Amino acid sequence: MTELPRISAGRRRKDKIMRGLLAAATGVALVPLVLIIYYLVYKGIGQWSGQLFTTDPNGNFLGYPGGIRSAILGTIEIVALATVIAVPLGIAVALYLVEYGKKSFYANVVRYFIDVMTGVPSIVFGLFIYIVLIVSHLGGNFTAWKGSVALALLMLPIVARSAEVVLNLVPGSLREAALALGAPRWRVITRVVLPTAASGLLTGSLLAIARGAGETAPLIFTVGSANGLAFNLSQQMNTLPTQIFTDITSPRNAIVARAWGAALTLVALVLILNLIARAAQRRSRLA
Amino acid sequence: MEAHTPVIGGGRSTLERSPLARLPDRILKWGLLGISAAVLVLIVYFFIRLIGQSTLAFNRFGVFGFVFHNRWVPSRLEFGAAAMVFGTVVTSAIALIIGVPVAVATALYLTELCPRRARGPLTILVDLLAAVPSVVYGLWGVYVLIPKLKPAEQWFADSFSFIPWVGGHVAGPSVFIAGLILAIMILPIVSAISREVISTVPAEHKEAALALGATRWEMIKMAILPYSRPGITGGAMLGLGRALGETIAVVLVIGDDPAIPHSIFGQGYSLAAVIAAEFGEGSNQSIYRSALLACGLVLFVLTLLVNGFARGYVLRGERKMFGGGSRWRRGGGGAGDEPAEAAIGV
Amino acid sequence: MIPPDTQNKDPRALSPPDSTEQGSATQEEAPDVSALGAPKTEGEGHNVVLQGLSAYYGKMQVIKDVHLNFPAGEVTAIIGPSGSGKSTVIRCINRMHEEIPGAHAEGSVKLDDLDVYAPGVDVTAVRRLIGMVFQKPNPFPTMSIFDNVAAGMRLTGTRGENMRERVHKALRAVGLWAEVKNRLDRPGIGLSGGQQQRLCIARTIAVEPEVILMDEPCSALDPIATLKVEELIDELKARYTIVIVTHNMQQAARVADTTVFMLDGEVIEHAPTSELFTTPKDERTERYVTGKFG
Repeated sequence: MTELPRISAGRRRKDKIMRGLLAAATGVALVPLVLIIYYLVYKGIGQWSGQLFTTDPNGNFLGYPGGIRSAILGTIEIVALATVIAVPLGIAVALYLVEYGKKSFYANVVRYFIDVMTGVPSIVFGLFIYIVLIVSHLGGNFTAWKGSVALALLMLPIVARSAEVVLNLVPGSLREAALALGAPRWRVITRVVLPTAASGLLTGSLLAIARGAGETAPLIFTVGSANGLAFNLSQQMNTLPTQIFTDITSPRNAIVARAWGAALTLVALVLILNLIARAAQRRSRLA
Repeated sequence: MEAHTPVIGGGRSTLERSPLARLPDRILKWGLLGISAAVLVLIVYFFIRLIGQSTLAFNRFGVFGFVFHNRWVPSRLEFGAAAMVFGTVVTSAIALIIGVPVAVATALYLTELCPRRARGPLTILVDLLAAVPSVVYGLWGVYVLIPKLKPAEQWFADSFSFIPWVGGHVAGPSVFIAGLILAIMILPIVSAISREVISTVPAEHKEAALALGATRWEMIKMAILPYSRPGITGGAMLGLGRALGETIAVVLVIGDDPAIPHSIFGQGYSLAAVIAAEFGEGSNQSIYRSALLACGLVLFVLTLLVNGFARGYVLRGERKMFGGGSRWRRGGGGAGDEPAEAAIGV
Repeated sequence: MIPPDTQNKDPRALSPPDSTEQGSATQEEAPDVSALGAPKTEGEGHNVVLQGLSAYYGKMQVIKDVHLNFPAGEVTAIIGPSGSGKSTVIRCINRMHEEIPGAHAEGSVKLDDLDVYAPGVDVTAVRRLIGMVFQKPNPFPTMSIFDNVAAGMRLTGTRGENMRERVHKALRAVGLWAEVKNRLDRPGIGLSGGQQQRLCIARTIAVEPEVILMDEPCSALDPIATLKVEELIDELKARYTIVIVTHNMQQAARVADTTVFMLDGEVIEHAPTSELFTTPKDERTERYVTGKFG
């Protein structure tokens, strides 16, 4: 007696087509990632050799162009300094917002500025440091530490935002319990809040570091360039991103090949940082 | 018997803390406040200095003259940045046109249609696009994308040359390639924001649609998309902000030609790219340097406007429609992903 | 011993109806169900029969081998404590249960002689025939009042004058017409809670289903609005088979012809309402309806 109303074939077809399209779009989105990784490995792995990692670029016009040792070490140094600046400051700002400022007008202003800062192009940060520190010849001309400052400006909002999110996840009841036991505010923060949030804070910091390590634009105007190994942060220094950038436009095939090797190194570094960050996130006591 | 708190030296009750003991709290609070204030002050200070450095160029060419005049001749120290503005706008537009639909589609697929076990890995993969450094995108663009796409682009340009802005000889580096790479680069951020927004659509609306006999796609059209529109728009604007300022990948693939091309397959320039490309030469002459910094200022203002508006618009739009606070901005669930998404720039 | 409220009193006598809801007409509007056409005669209506129905969330079984029948033209209420599975049962009838990831159901649900769980059956077609009203009123927030009611019809390509007529009929049938006829283009969420729920009912009947499932439809409403909805249910039952889940026993007594008592995923008792409340056969039923647990 009862018959199912016929759902028009058109509707069924449209549903199938649209669902297929959405799945296809996701596939399309992943194609560049796959291609990039493929080419990086295909063209870069051949470059990986002892020589690549133990010699510096030598700027010669003929013959072996040298490795990327100074670039790797330079990146490590400059990013390390930037981290030392950005992570504590970023966590400090987040602590203020979560523990003291909360929803006050001032705190919202700070939040808004931090949010806007995440949208500022990295090249603009480089320009800032250039104008303030280099044009004025403050502390020397192009130096590595100025590059660190530019990177720190870039990393700060990333650390601050993810730290704020993580600190907000610490249950209020934990804080209240500690306060009820008579602990002063600062003790609650250092002994309860920060340790609980620690792995989330670590995740955010690692991701900020990964981002900073990959940036080129801020370094162009602040660090200058160098081929040789430099340990002193008040000198010019080589970095992986700037090395790759310079090499890309070289007419010499050997140098372009080196760029692929360097790019693979940089991406490996960034990927490892990302993976550690996500592993830390999963082990977080807050998730 | 009345309650009586014991008193110790100084007339203080034992329940009060000594001023000395309260000091660390005070220091912490004001220290943290000072740091956040310093950050604010720093940004404003930089902005003012950037304006200062650009005044030389603006005085020489006029603000409007500089921005809208298409004449960039360093050898004659004449600077009008219209071609750069054009390139910035057009590459970003291409990035949005290609990138946003794909990003929203992936967001819909990953939240609503994807089998549960595949969801985690696929999401991580999409987000990983954000981890690739811009210089690597540039390298890949120059040596893989440009040569591989050239035949297809030439075919397209020839077949569709009746459409304005299409046609002509495809040289290789072009405004289109720059836009395409930008589309790939903004995909993770737009997708992440869209995913957040879509996952906050209340189940009751989705159920209402399904209970009326809607297919899955019809349910998405009826219940999810209208609800998510403000949030997704905000995400797209943030993607736009990112595209406007991208430097390294663009400078490597756009051709670095200070002219307005006749087709999207022609070479051009962008505000960010010109700074990166010509900084070496320009830093020695004050007018040249000022012109480049003025480009930086224009770029900065553009991104501020777009980002400021996006953050304000999205929050206001959501509050207006649904009366509540914006859940996707902070806290409240989804604990596992938020630090990572905050780091992408969500 | 029964709670005094369940005796057959006209609920409308308890308190005078008053127009507290937004934009109501000066005179109370009764639902005008005649707009929906003639009531079903004997043999025209549609029965729903559940046989051996079991439902699971993953490995956890929440409904155990349920056998029930819901006769045409009647209101059947399902009562029971939280977790008894009553909501899950009706969600199995229109196959909404399987929309939850990991959930599945076994057994058969027959609408007359059609088993909705038969292989090859299209769920969206099933849901056209079996409508559902939810606990929290859920009009689509971005749609106007008109569009909300029309939402289901638009799916099947109904257009123009035909659709407009059916929207008006549905609004009349739920007693909303006078209140909203001048603002059909205003957002659906601008109405009060009770009006929104009646809007959702209008949306459900606009697609002309045969069965209406209601999952605690009044639990989010105030008493006045609840009364209006119950009045509406009474009018609607001549034209639909209605199953209502409720945690409010007085409500079951007011609206239902038959009541089912469930506990821990099983049907304990199924009897005409007055019988279940005055002379329950099972000891557990008796303890529940006298308030000893729940």
